[in-house]
Amino acid sequence: MTTASEAPAIGLTHGGSEDTGLGHRGPESKSIVVPYGFWLFVLSDMVLFSALFASYATLAHATDGGPISNQLFDRNLVAIETIALLVSSFVCGLAMIAAKRANMIWTQGWLLVTGLLGFVFLSIELFEFAKMIGEGAGPQRSAFLSAFFTLVGCHGAHVTCGLLWIGTMMAQIWAKGFQPHIMRRLLCLSVFWHALDIIWVAIFTIVYLIGTLP
Amino acid sequence: MTERETELLNVPPGAPHSNILSETGSYIIGLALALILTGVSFWVASTSVLWGPGVAVGLVVLAIAQMGVHLVFFLHITSGPDNTNNVLALAFGVLIVFLVMIGTIWIMAHMNANMGMSPELTNLQMQH
Repeated sequence: MTTASEAPAIGLTHGGSEDTGLGHRGPESKSIVVPYGFWLFVLSDMVLFSALFASYATLAHATDGGPISNQLFDRNLVAIETIALLVSSFVCGLAMIAAKRANMIWTQGWLLVTGLLGFVFLSIELFEFAKMIGEGAGPQRSAFLSAFFTLVGCHGAHVTCGLLWIGTMMAQIWAKGFQPHIMRRLLCLSVFWHALDIIWVAIFTIVYLIGTLP
Repeated sequence: MTERETELLNVPPGAPHSNILSETGSYIIGLALALILTGVSFWVASTSVLWGPGVAVGLVVLAIAQMGVHLVFFLHITSGPDNTNNVLALAFGVLIVFLVMIGTIWIMAHMNANMGMSPELTNLQMQH
């Protein structure tokens, strides 16, 4: 490791004591680069969701004489879903703290609670979907319902992937311990899980609360 | 420059803070704030005390506030120099999200208003 003052004063580096972030220290370690790359993925995922939100907002009143949002959505169920996912996100943070201290029992325990709460969320969502489709309010009924099932279903699919990922990480931690590459994956998982909660905040506000205003 | 200083120059997003009190505290504060904001959101949407047309705007503001809480207390995005890269990426993401959402809603609303189409068509209803 060269000191800052010995850094070559050519090309893009300024030399001297100022760190320009332009690479004279060499690349960052994997423990920085990998989660940062995953952070970029999560942000692009949010861009994807913004397109689904935009189409939902455009089509929200295109009900084709079918059921409107006021008749379909149950705020109590949404409240339970919201709490489940929020607490799940919180517990995921606790799992990260336990993992940082290489505490196997607490890490596995908190990850299990995270996954169970995510499962509660997903079950309620699927119950709601099944109920709506049973009432003839499926995605083919109107443009509004197509947009609704695409947006909320896409979030549900993400949660499903997250649940599979949580299970995989529990198995990997159990089998391989708290090695650096396992910790990187765990950090990416927590970023993913927190991001899903952020997207859910937008969904319950725009779709369920604003959609059911009197 | 020592190894330790090098490590401090960047942190990955979502990494817990350095000591157990402050990191657990961060999650607990975040959970409490998020619960409060969620509760206020559901209350605002249910009550008839507030001025009707303002409720939707208030709900959006509450949602953005809660997203901020999640970013700061769960994902640990801070304004510190070790977080510059994370913040810049986030700022770009937010820019694109707002361009896509506000741009779409704006254009579609004006198209509906200006094209002079019948209500059935402007409503984008599916025709059988």
